[in-house]
Amino acid sequence: MATGHILKSFDEDLAELRALVAQMGGLAEEAIDGAITALANRDTEAAAAIVKADRALDRLEAELERQVVRLIALRAPLADDLREILAALKIAGVIERIGDYAKNIAKRVPLLQESRGIEPISILPAMARATAEMVHDALDAFAARDPNAALKVCAQDRVVDDFYNSLFRALLTYMMENPHTISASTHLLFVAKNLERIGDHATNIAEMVHFAATGEQVAERGRGVDTLAPVVA
Amino acid sequence: MARWPDMLGRRRPRREEPTEAQERADPAADGAILLDAFSEPLLLLDGLIVVAANGSARQLFGAYVDGEDVRLALRHPQASALLTGAREGPVAIGGLGNPDRRWEMSVKPLADGRRLVRLEDRSSAQASERMRTDFVANASHELRTPLAALIGFIETLEDANGPDEAPIRARFLGIMASEARRMQRLIDDLMSLSRIEADRFVAPRETIDLAALARIACAEIEAGGKAGERVRCQVSPGSATVHGDRAQLLQLLHNLIGNALKYGGDGEVSVAVEVADDNVVLTVRDEGDGIPAELIPRLTERFYRVDPGRSRSMGGTGLGLAIVKHVVERHRGRLDITSIVGSGTTVTVSLPFASLP
Repeated sequence: MATGHILKSFDEDLAELRALVAQMGGLAEEAIDGAITALANRDTEAAAAIVKADRALDRLEAELERQVVRLIALRAPLADDLREILAALKIAGVIERIGDYAKNIAKRVPLLQESRGIEPISILPAMARATAEMVHDALDAFAARDPNAALKVCAQDRVVDDFYNSLFRALLTYMMENPHTISASTHLLFVAKNLERIGDHATNIAEMVHFAATGEQVAERGRGVDTLAPVVA
Repeated sequence: MARWPDMLGRRRPRREEPTEAQERADPAADGAILLDAFSEPLLLLDGLIVVAANGSARQLFGAYVDGEDVRLALRHPQASALLTGAREGPVAIGGLGNPDRRWEMSVKPLADGRRLVRLEDRSSAQASERMRTDFVANASHELRTPLAALIGFIETLEDANGPDEAPIRARFLGIMASEARRMQRLIDDLMSLSRIEADRFVAPRETIDLAALARIACAEIEAGGKAGERVRCQVSPGSATVHGDRAQLLQLLHNLIGNALKYGGDGEVSVAVEVADDNVVLTVRDEGDGIPAELIPRLTERFYRVDPGRSRSMGGTGLGLAIVKHVVERHRGRLDITSIVGSGTTVTVSLPFASLP
């Protein structure tokens, strides 16, 4: 913040709150990267470690919630302070969800030991990279309180959605041709879906960063083609 | 009698008689000035708050880091563990700035209780490590492919020993010979690559007329087969001498003209040598499909192929342009590849002109 508060400890509390959010973000980023690497290497041990590490995220979130309640009760924050505290609370919730999705991907690694031959799996690392980059950029925008960087993250979501749609079609075709891989392919589909959801959540973080910095909600984005809409012949 | 500001000790306003020593006495400013002298990202911490960051740290994280909690900028779990004292020793962290960069982060306590965070860029070490493992994997893969074909045909030949099977035997032996030759070419290329790299620092001493050499290479290629008819040698008379290694320059010409013939479609391949300013410029131009601009920087990587299937079916080793690049580097020259998708590729090699002794 450009100008400090008269009460220096309030500044310190706010800094601590933001640091906690960033720390949670770091854990979530590591969980995404780790889960996809474990999936690509079919490394069940690394996957188990990621599932276990998710508890640290939950602990941090609980700690952050406690601090937010204490700050609101004690300092009665207003204006940008209030926005920042609310954004921190909501972002922490979203990061915790992202961690859950990463954990879910890691949990599927043991079930995908025989997935080597499934061709569409080769798209997943590229999709994961695009998703992880979104989360990374959203957290960078949070750290810098940069509303423009946040808007850029929202635009990136299109890429992840396109990845998901193409992967969905590729897996569907693959399952029709190779019915014996249906169970593995379905797991891969869920992995892709999880990544797509992580991308959406990164967008949410970016929107909250934008709100905290400017006080304005991000305008509703123009959506791409709605793939769930019924096909009109 | 002391004036009143003196009684407040260090609070004395420095506006009065500012001396250089006093200017330097402000420890925070002093630290910031010192940090800026280093090119690697450095952060000075008081507790967990960044009190000073140097230019490269601000460039890496953004200008906001000053005065913020360091965990905002460095949110990697290992980094937080190191900062809060849960871990010791330097840690490797990735994804700062660019997702492919790797950093080594270390924290050093200073005498006054503050701490210095130092980030060292380890990306290039990691990239060269990866290049080495890739090279071994690629080379063994390239060697195994012809070998697998050879073994398969040998096993089949053992059974095909009836009197009526002479045509089959002849055909198989022909394939085996071409596979064996491909393997030989690959090993030759690997050996010349390592030889060229070995005397990279030794400037070649022979004086060579590149125009004459280009004519020799064109003649050899034209004699070599019907594809050679497409080569048009436009070499100006007159001397185009360079300091060079005859065998290596001949190989460079063969590789460039050979590539143009292989991947240049059915169009003509023009080879030109001219003297421009203080350089001898060799140009090899084809009328093929061209190469997308984003792939051009990768062409001189070992075993990199724009279209792996096509290159292998043409008998390419994937080392041709890597050899060209190393030969040009050894000759203190410049290699330029320009390409227009759909109309062709032009490779230009310029070597420093050497007047006849």
